[in-house]
Amino acid sequence: MVVPLEHVIILSGLLFSIGVMGVLFRRNVIIIFMSIELMLNAVNLALVGFSRYHNNVDGQVFVFLVMTLAAAEVSVGLAIIVALFRNRQTVNINEMNLMKN
Amino acid sequence: MDLSLYFTRQDLWGILPEIVLLVGALIILSIELFARSQRAAMLGVGILSLVIAGGFASKNFGSSFILFQGMVTLNDYSTFFDLLYMTAGIVTMVISYNYLERKGGETRGEYFALILFATMGMMLMTRGNDLVIIFLGMELLSLSLYVLVGFLRHDVFSNESAIKYLLLGAFATGFFLFGAVLVYGTTGTTNFQHIASAITNNEILSDTLLSLGIGLLLVGFAFKVALVPFHMWSPDVYQGAPTSVTAFLCTAPKAAGFGALLKVFLVAFPALHADWQDLLWALALLTMIVGNISALVQTNVKRMLAFSSVTHAGYLCIGILVLNEMGVSAILFYLLVYSVMNLGAFGIISLLEKEEKGVNFKDYEGLASKHPWLSASLALFMLSLAGFPPTAGFVAKYTLFSSAISEGYIWLIIIAILNTLVSVYYYVRLIVNMYMRTSEETLVPFLHPLLSVVIFILAISIMFFGVLPGWLIDTVTQAARIYT
Amino acid sequence: MISDYIPILVVFILAAGFAFAILALSHILGPRVKNSVKLSPYESGVDLVGKTRVRISIRYFLIALLFIIFDIEIVFLFPWAVVFKDFLSFGWTIFIEMAVFLFILGFGFLYVWKKGALEWE
Repeated sequence: MVVPLEHVIILSGLLFSIGVMGVLFRRNVIIIFMSIELMLNAVNLALVGFSRYHNNVDGQVFVFLVMTLAAAEVSVGLAIIVALFRNRQTVNINEMNLMKN
Repeated sequence: MDLSLYFTRQDLWGILPEIVLLVGALIILSIELFARSQRAAMLGVGILSLVIAGGFASKNFGSSFILFQGMVTLNDYSTFFDLLYMTAGIVTMVISYNYLERKGGETRGEYFALILFATMGMMLMTRGNDLVIIFLGMELLSLSLYVLVGFLRHDVFSNESAIKYLLLGAFATGFFLFGAVLVYGTTGTTNFQHIASAITNNEILSDTLLSLGIGLLLVGFAFKVALVPFHMWSPDVYQGAPTSVTAFLCTAPKAAGFGALLKVFLVAFPALHADWQDLLWALALLTMIVGNISALVQTNVKRMLAFSSVTHAGYLCIGILVLNEMGVSAILFYLLVYSVMNLGAFGIISLLEKEEKGVNFKDYEGLASKHPWLSASLALFMLSLAGFPPTAGFVAKYTLFSSAISEGYIWLIIIAILNTLVSVYYYVRLIVNMYMRTSEETLVPFLHPLLSVVIFILAISIMFFGVLPGWLIDTVTQAARIYT
Repeated sequence: MISDYIPILVVFILAAGFAFAILALSHILGPRVKNSVKLSPYESGVDLVGKTRVRISIRYFLIALLFIIFDIEIVFLFPWAVVFKDFLSFGWTIFIEMAVFLFILGFGFLYVWKKGALEWE
C-alpha cells in the first residue's frame, strides 16, 4: 500500500506547526530547542514523501544533510546553553532580558 | 556511467578559494593545538588565507562557470560577493586584535578559524545555484556565528545574545527548510534553473503549496537579514556580541543573505516576482520605519547601530522590489558601501570599548579634542550612514532610490527619503557628543599601527567611492547584468 | 502480498533466536557472583530507587554532544559504502573524497582529544 502524498504533507505540516507552537509558547530553552528539532524532522518527513512521489533521490540526500545540520545545531546549542547555565543558573527564556533599554 | 561527469578538475579549480580557507582554518587550529601562545601566527595565517583565497576568487572576474552539474555557479556576481566577504573577514580579524583580551576573554585559534568557516559558508550562499547548497552555506555561516557571538563565555551578555541568536536562527532555518522542501516538492527539483523552467512550463504540483513554500523561504531570509517583523533578535544580539564580531555580523552575513535572496528571486522565481511585489513593498516600508523609530530612542551606540542596520535592510528591500539591472546593481553597490561604513563604525567602537565603558552615547563626549583623527573617521562613517554627500553613503542611497523611482515607486521613495532625514538625528547625535560636548574623562582608544591603517583605508574608501564612484558602479553593473 | 513479509519474519526469528542463545549461553557459562548490585535489574547504570531530579555532571553533556556530532557522520559513510564497489571501477575519486572527509573529521577528533574534552576529570 502506498501512502498518498497528501497524508505525508498534512502530517509533516502538523508536526511543523506543533514545533512552531512549541518555540513560541514554551519558556524552557531546552524544550524550545526540542521543538526546533521537531520542525526539522517534519521537514525530513516531507522531504522523504516528496522524494518518493517524484521518484527522485535528491530529497533523500537532502534529508542526510538536514540530519547532520540538526546534530551540529544541537551540539552548538547545548554548548551555549551549558555556558549560559554556568553563568546564570537558569534556562528560562523570560529571564534573559539583560539588554532591554 | 562516467564518473568524470560527477566531479571534474574544473570543479576543483572552481572551489579552490574554499579549499584554501579550509586549509587555513585547519592550520590555525593546529597552531592552537601545538603552539597556543602564537596568537600573531594565527592572525597571520587567517589573513593570509583570506588574501590567497581572494586572489584565486578574483581570477574568475569576467568569466563564468557552472560547476558540480549546476550546483554551483561562478560569475561576476558571485565573485563580487566573494571579495566583499573576504574584505569583511580581513577587517574583522584585524580589529579583533587584542579586543577579546580587553573584554576579559582570550583570542583563541577557534575565533579565526570560525571566521574562515563563516566566510566559506557565505561564499557558498551566493555561489550556490541550488537550494541545497544555499541551505548548507547558510548553516555553515550560522553555526560559526552562533559560536562567535557567544565567544566571551564568561560574559553574561555574550551568552544571552548567543542563545537568542541560536534559537531564532534555528527557528528561521526551520522556516527556510520547510519552504525549500515545498518548492522541491512542487517542482520536483532543487536546482534554480530547473525550478524556473518548471514554473514557466507550468509543471508544478500545486500553486498553493508553491506560494506557501516561497513565502516560508522569504520568512527564513527575512529572519537572517533582519527585516521587520522578523528583526527582534538583531538589537540584542548586536549589543551583546563582542563588538568585533558585531562588525562582522552586521556586514558580510547581511550581504550574503541579500545576495542569496536576490539570486533566488532572479534565477528561480523570476516569473513569480510580480506576485510578491505587494509583500516586499510592505516589508520594505515596515522595516524602514520601525528600524528608524526604534533607533531614535537608544542610548547604547551598538544598539542604535543595530536598529540602523535594520533600517538599511529596509532600504535594500526596495532594491529587491525593483529587481532590474539598475536595482540589482544598486543593491550590490549599497551592500559594499554599507559593509565598509559599518565595519569602520564598529571597528572604532571596539577600539574605544573598555570594560563597561565606550558603548553609550554619553561616553563619547569630548572625544574629538583628545583624539581628533579617530573622531573624524567615526564622524565620517556616521555621515555616510546618514547619506550625506560627498560620502559613498549618499551615492549608494541615490542609485538605489533612483532605480526605484524609474520603476514608479514614488510613494515608497518619498517615505524612504523622509526616513533618511529622521535618521540624521541619531547619527549626528553621536557627532555632536564628540565635538560639542566636553567631559573630564574621555575614552582611551587602543591603537595599534595595523588598526589605524585599516580604519584609515576604510575611511578613505568611503570618501573615494563618494567622489569617484564610477569604477565601482561599472563593476556592480557588470555583476548585476549576469542575472538580469 | 503477505508473502512479502516472510523475510521480516525470518529476521525476527533470527534475532529472537540469537538473543535467546546468548542469554542461555551466559546462563550456562557465566560465573555466578551474588551481590546486591548484581541482583538488581539492569537500568543503564542508574540507581533504581532514588530522586528523579538527579544532577548530572556537566561532563556528561560534553561527551554527549561530542557523541552526537561524531555519530551522525555514519549517515554519510553508509550510502558511500553501499556504492563504493560500483564507483571504484571509475577510479579512486570516491575513495579520495571520503578520505578527505574522514581526515577533516579525524582532525576534529584530534582537536577534541588534545583539548581534553574527553577527559572525565
